Amino acid sequence: MSTFSSSFSTAVDLVLTANPELAEIVFLSLRVSLSAVLIATVIGMPLGALIAIRRFPGRATIATLLSSLMGLPPVVLGLIVYLLLSRAGPLGEYGLLFTPTAMVMAQTLLVLPIIAALTRQILADLHQHYDEQFRSFRLSGWKGIQTLLWEGRFSLLTALLAGFGRASAEVGAVMIVGGNINHVTRVMTTTIAMETSKGDFSLALALGIILILLVLSVNILVSLIQAMETET
Amino acid sequence: MRDKNRLHLVHDIGAKPSYEYDLRSSSTAGGILPLELVDIGYEVAGHWLLSEINLKIEDDRSTIILGPNGAGKTLLLRICHGLLAPSRGSVRWQNPSMANSASAQAMVFQRPVMLRRSVKKNIEYAMKVCGIDPASRPHQLAAALEVSGLEKHAEQRATHLSGGEQQRLALARCVAINPMVLFLDEPTAHLDPTATRQIESMIGSLRDSGTQIIMVTHDLGQARRLADRVVFMYDGKVLVSTEAIEFFNNPRNPEAAAFLQGNLLW
Repeated sequence: MSTFSSSFSTAVDLVLTANPELAEIVFLSLRVSLSAVLIATVIGMPLGALIAIRRFPGRATIATLLSSLMGLPPVVLGLIVYLLLSRAGPLGEYGLLFTPTAMVMAQTLLVLPIIAALTRQILADLHQHYDEQFRSFRLSGWKGIQTLLWEGRFSLLTALLAGFGRASAEVGAVMIVGGNINHVTRVMTTTIAMETSKGDFSLALALGIILILLVLSVNILVSLIQAMETET
Repeated sequence: MRDKNRLHLVHDIGAKPSYEYDLRSSSTAGGILPLELVDIGYEVAGHWLLSEINLKIEDDRSTIILGPNGAGKTLLLRICHGLLAPSRGSVRWQNPSMANSASAQAMVFQRPVMLRRSVKKNIEYAMKVCGIDPASRPHQLAAALEVSGLEKHAEQRATHLSGGEQQRLALARCVAINPMVLFLDEPTAHLDPTATRQIESMIGSLRDSGTQIIMVTHDLGQARRLADRVVFMYDGKVLVSTEAIEFFNNPRNPEAAAFLQGNLLW
């Protein structure tokens, strides 16, 4: 108990004094996760919208695949990206392994199915509701998609936050492709795992507090967005 | 092309501004009418829900499609509006390219479909996607709000309105678009008498302004109040297409006569 108390006290101190090492890890974590979510959004939202609205061969298979990939184990994904980026892999010549770029790639692939599948579900429901009215307005496909994206903006924000929550809390994939190199690829989750295995709980707890605050903030934001949707 | 500014704001100094329709001759919708249905059939899983439908809808101002449930009224309306393709036969407009433009025809559904935005923005959206001239939009918006009695709710979220108000908004969008032909699918099916009266009043105004009304209902009273012409359907077929007065006063078809007397048809 005393170990926990002293570790917790040191952890709070690290957070309150904005310890440089802690800050560096937090900023890298945010940079990697936010970049991954941004890329996954740019690819995943149009993809989800396309599957929700257009009829084409293989549509149902892609939708099922996306839903299945939502539960893909991060370590398996990490392993696949590792093999792709390793010297012997097809992308080995770019030397991306053990860089933040590799971590962004892994997290993007992890978050992409979540954002695409949730977007598909949200827009498919909306499309069913608005389809006849839009056809009555003689709306073209792209204009219809634009309107659906706007109509579903609050729900889609929730999908983005779900993606961000998944990316920021993930440890397996970034550990494999990033290597947890100090000042290069060390992020919050990998640091927590490493410090815990070393028996040094202060930094691990400090990062744990920040992660919990981050997850709480995301959840509060989701609640606020949903409340806003109800009120407006 | 038809004048898109058919609704005119009338200012009377010292009085509340009001809107009135510039009543045109009944040839307003004549640009795309008559609408001719030739040997229309609609099949689902080997069962013909509509068959052998041959019908010509002239510029009669108000055509009411009557019939019991399951007669195929809504299906026929959707085929006319282009929401469904018939399995057989063809839908022929007088001027197909004009008829298929977004502002030439509109439809009001049994359950109104509202965007999750304000009343005003719902109307503005409809005008934008239907290609209404931007310069005339504020004028058309004001007229639509006035006619529908929704001025007080202009900034309110459309999905927060009551069922009757939402249906009025659906009609207000049509007033703003000012279509040549307006299809209505039982627009008062879920409404109380007061809301029904308001909707009928709006439909009457649109009809008087020159918009051709083609409406589905199984409410005989409503049909009597609004119809210039009646199309009676039964079991996927059109049995009668005649003047409303003749249909109600002298129904020659036995099924139509039974329907008017309130007898059960099967």
